[in-house]
Amino acid sequence: MTTSIQPVPAGLSGGLAAASATDLSKVYGAGETRVAALDRVSLDFRQGEFTAIMGPSGSGKSTLMHCMAGLDSVSSGSARIGDTELTTLKEKKLTQLRRDKIGFIFQAFNLLPTLNALENITLPLDIAGRKVDRAWLDQVVSTVGLSGRLGHRPSQLSGGQQQRVAVARALASRPEIIFGDEPTGNLDSRAGSEVLGFLRNSVRELGQTVVIVTHDPVAASYSDRVVFLADGRIVDDMASPTAEKVLERMKGFDAKGRTS
Amino acid sequence: MLRTAVRNVLAHKARLLMTMLAVLLGVAFVSGTLVFTSTLSTAFQKSSEKGFDHVDVAVLPDSSQSSGPGDAPALSQRLLEEAAALPGVAEATGSVSGFAALADKDGKLVGQGWSTLGANHYAGEDGRDDRYTMRDGRAPERDGEIALDAKTAERTGYEVGDTVRTSVNGPVRSEKVTGIFTTDDGNVAAGGTLVLFDTATAQRLYAAPGEFAEITLTAAPGTSQAALRGAVEEILPKTAEAVTGEKLAADQSRAIEEELSGMRTGMLVFAGIALFVGVFIIANTFTMLVAQRTKELALMRAVGASRRQVTRSVLIEALVVGAVAGVTGLAAGVGVAAGLRALMGSLGVTVPDGPLTVTGTTVLVSLAVGTVITVLAAWLPARRAAKIPPVAAMSSLHATPTTRGLVVRNSIGSVLVAAGAGLVLLGTGMDADAAKGPMGLGAAVMVIGVFVLTPLLSRPLIAAAGPLLRLFGVSGKLARQNAVRNPRRTAATASALMIGLTLITGLTVLAGGAQKGIEKMTAESLTADYVVSMANFSTLSPEVEEKLAADERVTAVSPLRSSPAEIDGDTEWVMGVSGEHIGDLLSMDFTDGSLAAFGGTKVVVDDETAERYGWEVGSTFPATFEDGERGELTVAGVYEGNEMVRSIMLDTSLLDPHMQRVDSMQVLVKAEGGVSEATQSALEAALGDNPAILVQDKEAMSEAIASLFTFMLNMLYGLLAMAVIVAVLGVVNTLAMSVFERSSEIGMLRAIGLDRRAVKRMVRLESVVISLFGGVMGIGLGVFFGWAAGEIIGSVLTTYELVLPWGRMALFLALAGVVGVLAALWPARRAARLNMLAAIKAE
Repeated sequence: MTTSIQPVPAGLSGGLAAASATDLSKVYGAGETRVAALDRVSLDFRQGEFTAIMGPSGSGKSTLMHCMAGLDSVSSGSARIGDTELTTLKEKKLTQLRRDKIGFIFQAFNLLPTLNALENITLPLDIAGRKVDRAWLDQVVSTVGLSGRLGHRPSQLSGGQQQRVAVARALASRPEIIFGDEPTGNLDSRAGSEVLGFLRNSVRELGQTVVIVTHDPVAASYSDRVVFLADGRIVDDMASPTAEKVLERMKGFDAKGRTS
Repeated sequence: MLRTAVRNVLAHKARLLMTMLAVLLGVAFVSGTLVFTSTLSTAFQKSSEKGFDHVDVAVLPDSSQSSGPGDAPALSQRLLEEAAALPGVAEATGSVSGFAALADKDGKLVGQGWSTLGANHYAGEDGRDDRYTMRDGRAPERDGEIALDAKTAERTGYEVGDTVRTSVNGPVRSEKVTGIFTTDDGNVAAGGTLVLFDTATAQRLYAAPGEFAEITLTAAPGTSQAALRGAVEEILPKTAEAVTGEKLAADQSRAIEEELSGMRTGMLVFAGIALFVGVFIIANTFTMLVAQRTKELALMRAVGASRRQVTRSVLIEALVVGAVAGVTGLAAGVGVAAGLRALMGSLGVTVPDGPLTVTGTTVLVSLAVGTVITVLAAWLPARRAAKIPPVAAMSSLHATPTTRGLVVRNSIGSVLVAAGAGLVLLGTGMDADAAKGPMGLGAAVMVIGVFVLTPLLSRPLIAAAGPLLRLFGVSGKLARQNAVRNPRRTAATASALMIGLTLITGLTVLAGGAQKGIEKMTAESLTADYVVSMANFSTLSPEVEEKLAADERVTAVSPLRSSPAEIDGDTEWVMGVSGEHIGDLLSMDFTDGSLAAFGGTKVVVDDETAERYGWEVGSTFPATFEDGERGELTVAGVYEGNEMVRSIMLDTSLLDPHMQRVDSMQVLVKAEGGVSEATQSALEAALGDNPAILVQDKEAMSEAIASLFTFMLNMLYGLLAMAVIVAVLGVVNTLAMSVFERSSEIGMLRAIGLDRRAVKRMVRLESVVISLFGGVMGIGLGVFFGWAAGEIIGSVLTTYELVLPWGRMALFLALAGVVGVLAALWPARRAARLNMLAAIKAE
């Protein structure tokens, strides 16, 4: 267990990459209004690791995640999930890939109000037409602490509970990687730390790979590794982060941002 | 407030588009009807005014001096001459007219039968008739000569010198065309055919020698119409009256107006149905808009807008939508009217030319209908908007409509449905006349009850479709849940479709039953092989039955004559038949007596008439015939009457001498070997292959009945199509709104791996489910109403039989499904094209 939480610097890893980006660029507009949201970013997300992407607003952290999760197109470079190159995939294959290999957690929970908690959790499996692995599902459900609430509709659950359903949904299909876009953004600190705890547990106990985008140093402190982005470039890569270290590092950006 | 409202309309123009279209279509239907009928009216008015140009005073048989049995002929040659000699009369013209069939070069009947007329050419002192101008040749002067109107000559290619075949009341006449004329005659202007005979021939064909149906006078210069009328009245017999040309023109214009107003009312009823359907869509749209804008409206309240102001802002929005739809609908209506005229033209109904008439009333009515309907339909949503508390601006809660309040709603709905159904059922047990009230009221109450209940019904009915939807995997499952997500919205959308389908199904059930009933009655009461009749259902001369009887294959033949007779102070229409053969041709069930003694003064009577007069076999009663002579008749038998045969029947040998003009409505024929093609052509040949005469066997009669019903139904379907189209817009509207509201959900589904096809399928299935829900309810209600109305018809038409048109019903249900697929095209595309990232972020 302890080895798996040892941070390994990017690029030096002998471990397998669950996802990786090479010279990834994303450019909006052209000519005068040309804005590079991502500027030749190269990065690996290692299997069984919990990574947080941080950076000030407009640093390109969400864009990086969207591009690597196959939600957004890239301008140049390469993005891979496992061995699969995303940038050349057709729409249909890309959808299939998201369905089979990627789990998502959104800031706004994004559960279907018409489905109960269990149905929401198994939704990706239903879409894929795959059979539910009962034992795995039970494990996931008990991990996120939702047993007994599976028959509830989202409107009958608190925000924290809803996000736990979303976490379970992401885990249920055993994706190669889970992406979370500000998963605690809509939660109070207690509910937020619960959800982050579950995510960390899923990495520790279930061997899941998790990547989240966040602007909250406390959220980042749950991860194994923090990647800092600014102006579309990776500016730092921190292993074994704590909230204080992250906050300190962020302050540095702000200072640099002001002076430069 | 106005500025906010207008900005809102502009901001939501895409979402208001369907609503606007729905109102627009309804208004276009209304204005199209108004423009079309007033265009027809103007054109007919003009042509009728022209037609009375030559008439200052007309002398007509006095219709108020009831020309019952025994009245003397009204307008004789002598009267005409006396009138011509009056001071102030420039010219006097006598005319007779009636049906005249004309065969084209292929032997087919020219025109529609109704508008093919024949009249006399009244040669004045100079041998001319002012009403008709000979373009080629000369006027007909003797039997065997005719003149044709120029339009007909052009259409048929006939020229002066050609021999043409005509028929007035049966026998084929071979005539030489001596002239081609032009005329202002209204019927010709409206596309009819006019054949002119010389006066003596026309009188023989249409009246009696030396008799006219009308005498028209033109005044000498300086004599007014009124003065002329006064002078003429002095010499008129009691049975005739003099009318000025002005009054005739006014009367005709009123008659035209009345006829068109019937048509207008009929079409407006269907326009009203389309508009009613539109109300659901408008109400639905504004409800959704208000729900989506809860925060915005609450903010307006929070910054100090009063409830009334909020209500007003929504209503002003509706007003703007209604006004725009009204204006565009009016423009579209003018197009609809032009299209209708073209359509009628292509159906062979000739309508007079003339510019499209858009009256001030049409403009006002169209605009008023558009705005009033929209504002009224938006009333409830506007009230609801005002109830949004200012605090809603702060809360992040989505104003999702709850199922709360449905309990009250369901109770009210159940009571209404029960009461309505009760009234309808009560009506089925009543007389036809008495039943109309309770049944109409019951149907209306029940439909309203069903509207109220649809949200409740939506869950179980849509759940019933579950197993089928499961075949479509996740898309099907999500579609089913989406369809019941907002029961009110689903209900309003489905109800809109239900209205059209209820009417369509009900009418189909009724028509099917009536058609079957009539066919059955024909089959049961007719034992004849062939029925011979005139194409325009005018009368046949006795020559027809003589010619038929002369054919060696014919074993039995009988005319059906009809003549008024006065019995006990009442006028009864008695039927003259051949006593010898009628037993072979009609199947009559005798409750008393038989046909054995029928003949001479021995008559047979139907049971109803017998009961009314208290007759039984052996009873004698006096009758006054058409010519005023009296006779003593004896009842020889009483038979069970039905819709086809229900009258006092006597032998032609007794009736004919008393008839003013001996003619028959139909002739029944039985032939050796029954129905065969050879027999049919032999009979037709015996009648000179007359284009105006129909020789039909039972099958042909059934077909004719069926085609009549098909035509009628198709016309009704056409008129109801607009209501269905508006309902389709409603489905599109609801789906588009739902897709918009659920965009973040759809974005999430796309992100976690639902592909575009599956998203499309999900929207499409939701649409199909809602449409089928409306379809099932509509067809169900339609069958119920069709059955109930059929019960009433059954009390009159005894052979009426409820025939459930399974094929049609399946077709309608399939149509509802197709409606669903079509309505989903655009919303599904939108859903599939949704920008995932934007949709997920939008919250």
